[in-house]
Amino acid sequence: MPSDYLWLIPIVPFVGFLINGTLGRKFSRALVAAVALICTAIPAILVAWLWITMKADGAPEVLRVVSKPWIAITGLQIDFAFTVDHLTLIMLGVVTGVGFLIHVYAVGYMAHEEGFWRFFAYLNLFMFFMLVLVLADSFLLLFVGWEGVGLASYLLVGFYFQKDSAANAGKKAFIVNRIGDFGFLLAMFLIIREFGSLDFAHVFQAISVNPDWHGGVITAIALLLVLGATGKSAQIPLYVWLPDAMEGPTPVSALIHAATMVTAGIYMVARCHVLFDRSPYALGVVAIIGAATAIFAACIGMVQHDIKRVLAYSTVSQLGYMFLACGVGAYTAGIFHLLTHAFFKALLFLSAGAVIHSLSGEQDMRKMGGLRKRIPITFWTMTMGVFAISGIPPFAGFFSKDEILNQAFVSTNPLGKLLWFVGLFTAGLTAFYMFRLWFKTFFGPEHFEEHTDLRAHGAAVHTHSDSHTVMVADHEDNHAHAVHESPAIMTVPLAILALLSIIGGWVGIPAALGGHNEIEHFLEPVFSTGTIAEAATTTSSRGLELGLMTVSVLVVAIGFFIAFVFYYKKPGTGAALARRAPALYNLVLNKFYIDEVYSALIITPLLMFSRLFLGGLVDGGIVNGSGAAAGATTRGLSSLVRRVQSGNIRSYAGWLALGAAAVLLVMIFGRSIWMH
Amino acid sequence: MNSLAAAQVPVAAYLILAAMLFSVGVAAFLIKRNLITIFMSIELMLNAVNLTFVAFAHMWHQVSGQIFVFFVMVVAAAEAAVGLAIIIAIFRTRQTLNVDQIDLMKS
Repeated sequence: MPSDYLWLIPIVPFVGFLINGTLGRKFSRALVAAVALICTAIPAILVAWLWITMKADGAPEVLRVVSKPWIAITGLQIDFAFTVDHLTLIMLGVVTGVGFLIHVYAVGYMAHEEGFWRFFAYLNLFMFFMLVLVLADSFLLLFVGWEGVGLASYLLVGFYFQKDSAANAGKKAFIVNRIGDFGFLLAMFLIIREFGSLDFAHVFQAISVNPDWHGGVITAIALLLVLGATGKSAQIPLYVWLPDAMEGPTPVSALIHAATMVTAGIYMVARCHVLFDRSPYALGVVAIIGAATAIFAACIGMVQHDIKRVLAYSTVSQLGYMFLACGVGAYTAGIFHLLTHAFFKALLFLSAGAVIHSLSGEQDMRKMGGLRKRIPITFWTMTMGVFAISGIPPFAGFFSKDEILNQAFVSTNPLGKLLWFVGLFTAGLTAFYMFRLWFKTFFGPEHFEEHTDLRAHGAAVHTHSDSHTVMVADHEDNHAHAVHESPAIMTVPLAILALLSIIGGWVGIPAALGGHNEIEHFLEPVFSTGTIAEAATTTSSRGLELGLMTVSVLVVAIGFFIAFVFYYKKPGTGAALARRAPALYNLVLNKFYIDEVYSALIITPLLMFSRLFLGGLVDGGIVNGSGAAAGATTRGLSSLVRRVQSGNIRSYAGWLALGAAAVLLVMIFGRSIWMH
Repeated sequence: MNSLAAAQVPVAAYLILAAMLFSVGVAAFLIKRNLITIFMSIELMLNAVNLTFVAFAHMWHQVSGQIFVFFVMVVAAAEAAVGLAIIIAIFRTRQTLNVDQIDLMKS
């Protein structure tokens, strides 16, 4: 039975981390890569096996593996327990499958980097914690994974730690996440107080057998969990770390900051849906945060110049979609979008990485252009990703996004229509900024030759054929010489992800289009438990659903058309428009000055308080001062007492005689004093 | 009082003598600089104490005080042997027995 080997799924990557982390420095690059790949392939195979056994007829819907008690104190027992249900299966599939592909890609991408072994050790460590997070059967074990992926994220964002910006981005990611974790911790304390347990099964069972539990403490718990989720999943107000996290290597952006870790918040909300279903208020907050983040990040994404930053804001925006879906009770739609997003966003990041790789590190889209002919494989894979995220049928993003919009429209949330409209508008913006990226990168005149330092490397810039795909070994010679297609080890994962971006959405073709919406049936056992009413998932009429679809396709088409005019047909229109409204343009270009506002309102006062009060008064005055005072007192006293210990025998003898005389005096006269 | 008792020296006389001996010992111990002299003054104090022991033993007609004196003598002999050995060792390393110059553990 796969359940006997369940523990292997997280442990194997951890072993990979230990091997590469301790011995990797002495290994050859090929050996490091082999260890890392094997240690991610084994969990992927195990997950596939698990998937097959659990899909079989009559297989249990939930697998639970409990070890010895982990923490056992009076009134609270927590086990090392892993659980697998259909939701976990999807997450496991994404993490191990996409994770493995990105590992393969990274072998090619990082081939020339320093610290190759360190990179793969961290990447395996991330896999370990992510799998623990997904498999966990209690809030506490989930939190272990939650913190662990945060650590791995910190290490990988700051991978180029010699660069100040990378080190700072790592710190920012970690600290902002800590704020969210604070909420998660408080939520756990509340859960212990209310339920006396942290087991998912126990807590959810307690809620579902008490239909009259509403709001109150449950809302408090849910809102604190949402705070944790906004940190991890980069939602307003804690989204600020994710764009900066792009300082990490691109495979990291793809794996951690697009496909897996940042979806942990959505996974957690979906996992705790029993809790959230009892608190319409908390759900409303989730929906509003999601919709606001979606449109806000999309706006910023429209004007960024750094190709990875566009994708970062796009990720924030898409995560907002998933939040929106969870907020209107459409958890299936949220998880569905999580799945498709993992495919196409990983693809987009990896393709962007291939573009950056081909331009020897250039990330500014203003210095790209016309790459379509130079790197055709990357162009085509990127195109699949762009189509998928923009929501063009029948690519993956279309089905999941429309499912979310549809569910928002028909939801019982009083703001449902508004949420739908915001989502729809965001879909248009998404199409706009993705095609802007597409046109600026692959079409139009080439801007890179006169800007990049390609000519500094001498050698033929133009002589390379369009599609030379070389293996890593001989790739070494050609590196940084010319605009070049990436080696096969990078393009093959791209191709697989491109395929998944096309067909990935077909598991959720809605009934309105003659599909079966298999993913909904697949997840039904997870999301049907514990819900009081089916109100959250009202089914809409077929006509309405088709109408909504048409509208969203139209909006996407408009977004595409504007991008087409601005960046292909009449390049410069955008710039002209920006000149017409410079204030607005600068506001958006500078990300609404949110970082500056946070800096002025929170960080600076905090730093001042720390430096002046905590550092100056408490640390410098009280802590240091008391230490110094203790030292000075000891020194002063000892300088007095030291005279006694002169080493001079005659002075000792004198003291001895004096002491004896004093004792005698006390014995003779003291006695009479005490007695009377 | 019979004649025998009258002929006896009173205990007070012994004690006064012992006190004088002890005071001489203490004074020499404090004043003298030579290590051997100091050592001898310690012996003097010990013997003053011995004298009081014997005097009291005689007064009470008990032997225990005298036995104590033997013990003290034995221990004093041992102490004298060890003490003299140390003094010789000090003299060999420092070429002096002036206690004012012997005030450091290291030479």
